[in-house]
Amino acid sequence: MRVMVFVPADRNSEAGVMPTQEMLSTMMKFNEELVKAGVMLDGQGLTPTSKAKRVRFSGNQRTVIDGPFAESKELVAGYWIWQVKTLEEAVEWLKRAPFDGGIEVTIRPLFEPDDFGKELTPELRGKQEQLRGEMDRQKRS
Amino acid sequence: MSSGATHEAVAAVWRIESARLIGALLRLVRSVELAEDLAQEALIAALERWPESGIPDNPGAWLMTTAKHRALDHLRQRKMQQRKHEQIGREAASSQGDEPTLQAGLEHDVGENFGDDLLRLIFIACHPVLSREARAALTLKMLGGLATEEIARAFLVPEPTMAQRIVRAKRTLGEARVPFELPQSAELQNRLSSVLEVIYLIFNEGYAATSGDTWMRPELCQEALRLGRILAQLMPAEAEVHGLLALMELNASRLPARVDTQGQPILLLDQDRTRWDQLLLHRGLTALQRAEKLKQPLGPYTLQAAIAACHARARDAAQTDWPRIVALYDALAELTLSPIVELNRAVAVSMAFGPGAGLELLAPLAEEPALKTYHLLPSVRGDLLFKLGRYAEATGEFQRAAAMTQNACERTLLLRRAEESRGNQASAKRHISIVR
Repeated sequence: MRVMVFVPADRNSEAGVMPTQEMLSTMMKFNEELVKAGVMLDGQGLTPTSKAKRVRFSGNQRTVIDGPFAESKELVAGYWIWQVKTLEEAVEWLKRAPFDGGIEVTIRPLFEPDDFGKELTPELRGKQEQLRGEMDRQKRS
Repeated sequence: MSSGATHEAVAAVWRIESARLIGALLRLVRSVELAEDLAQEALIAALERWPESGIPDNPGAWLMTTAKHRALDHLRQRKMQQRKHEQIGREAASSQGDEPTLQAGLEHDVGENFGDDLLRLIFIACHPVLSREARAALTLKMLGGLATEEIARAFLVPEPTMAQRIVRAKRTLGEARVPFELPQSAELQNRLSSVLEVIYLIFNEGYAATSGDTWMRPELCQEALRLGRILAQLMPAEAEVHGLLALMELNASRLPARVDTQGQPILLLDQDRTRWDQLLLHRGLTALQRAEKLKQPLGPYTLQAAIAACHARARDAAQTDWPRIVALYDALAELTLSPIVELNRAVAVSMAFGPGAGLELLAPLAEEPALKTYHLLPSVRGDLLFKLGRYAEATGEFQRAAAMTQNACERTLLLRRAEESRGNQASAKRHISIVR
C-alpha cells in the first residue's frame, strides 16, 4: 500500500525560518534510511503559505485568496509518499523520524485503483476517457 | 487501548528489522541456518513480551540484544561440548567464532556494517548452489521478512512444502560451505546476475502469474520492487542493477491498466494510458537514466527497460517508436540468444514494418525446442494472421495457444480471440457471397 505522510507547519516554517544544519542533517539521515529500505517513493518540503494562494468556490463564484494563512496547525509543511506493506509498517517508520516538540504527523493511505472498482462503472470510465480524448485534441490543436 | 503492541505492530517492526538483524547475526555466527534461527527466536520473544510491555523505544536494538544473548548461549553450549571432546583426548575443532571474538563483534556498532551485512545476505540467499525456486523463497524470507506461510501463498504451494524448501535451502548452503564473504570482482558479475535473476523472477511471478486464477499478484511485484530499490542503493555503480529497477518500475506503472473490471487482462496497446501510474513511470525513467549514465555496455535488463521506456514515453499506442524498439530488440537478441526475445522482436518488426514481415520471422521459431510449449508463440502467430485477414488460420492458432496456457484468465482471453476470428471468417464468407 501507498501512504502519504503529512508534516504540519509550525510558526518557524510559516515564518520561512530555515531549519538548522543539525536538523537538516538528522532529517537527511532519516530520509536516507527510508530510501535504503526501499520505502520512500517521493517527498518534498513546501514553501510557507505566504507564497500560497487559495481559491474559494461558492456557486458560480470563484474567489482567490492570497496567503499567508492563519491556522498553522492545519497547514502542511512537507510530505512523503511511502510504499509499505501495512499501515503499521508506516507507523513504525514514522516513529523513527527525528521530530519533537509535540508536533503531530499524519499518515494517510492512498486509494488503490481497486478501491474505485465498483464505483467507477464501465460507463463512467468511458465518459472519463472521452473527456481525456477531448483534452488531448485540444492540447494538440 | 493499552500500551500493548498488536500482532500487526510486531510484524511491522519485524519487516523493518529482520534483514538487518539476520545480516548482523550472520557476520557473527557465520551460518545462515543459525543466524536465521536466532533471529526467529528473537521474534518469538518479542511476540511474547511486547503485547504486555508495549513496543520498546528502540525495537531493533531490543531484538539484536535478545538474539545476541541466544547466540552466546549457543556458543557456550558448543564450547562445553568441545571441552568434553578434548577431555577424551581429541583435538578441539576449529576455533572459528570463539567467545571473545564473538563478544567483540557483539559490541561493534551494527549500524556501520548495515550495508555490507545486507549485501552479503542477498548474495548468499541468491547463491547459484540453490535452485531458482529456493533462492526466491530464501530471499523473500530473509530479506523481505515474509513469513513462510505468506511465501507459500504467493507461490501457490502448501505451507509445509515451502517450509521444507526453505529448510533444505539453508542446509544446502551450510553443507556446500558457501563462503560468507562477498564475492571478489572476478566472480562478482556472475553472482550479481544470479541476484538480479531472482529479483526479476519474483517480480514476474507477480506480474504475469504463470498459474492460478488471477493474472497478477501485485504483492509479489511490490516485494521485488522493494528488493530492487534496496539493491540500487547498495550497488549504485552497477548499471544493470538500475536497469532492472527501471524495468520493474516501468512495468509496474502499467499494473493499474492491465486488467478490466472483470479481472481479464488488457494488452499493452489496448490499455488506457491515462491509468498508468505516473509516479512509478517517472521513477522508472529516472532509474534508466542512471543506468545509461554509468557508460557501461548496455546489459539485458537495461535494454529491456529502454524498450519499456519507449512505451512509457508514447502518449498513445499509435505514437510508439517501433523502429527504435526493433533496434533495441536487435541488440537484446544478440546479447541473450533467447528465442523468446526473437519472438518479441518479431512482434516489434510487425508493428514497425507490417504483420507480414513479423510472420516471416516467426517461421524459424517453430523449430525451437524452448518454444514448443510456449503459448505466446501461437498467440502471436494468431494475432499476425488475424491482421492479415487469414481468419481460419488465426482461429486455429488462438485455440492452440489457449490449450497451452496454465493461466485461467489468459485462456479466456485467447478463446475470446479465437471466437472473434471465427466470427470474422464467417462474415468474410458472407460478404463474398453477397458481392457475388
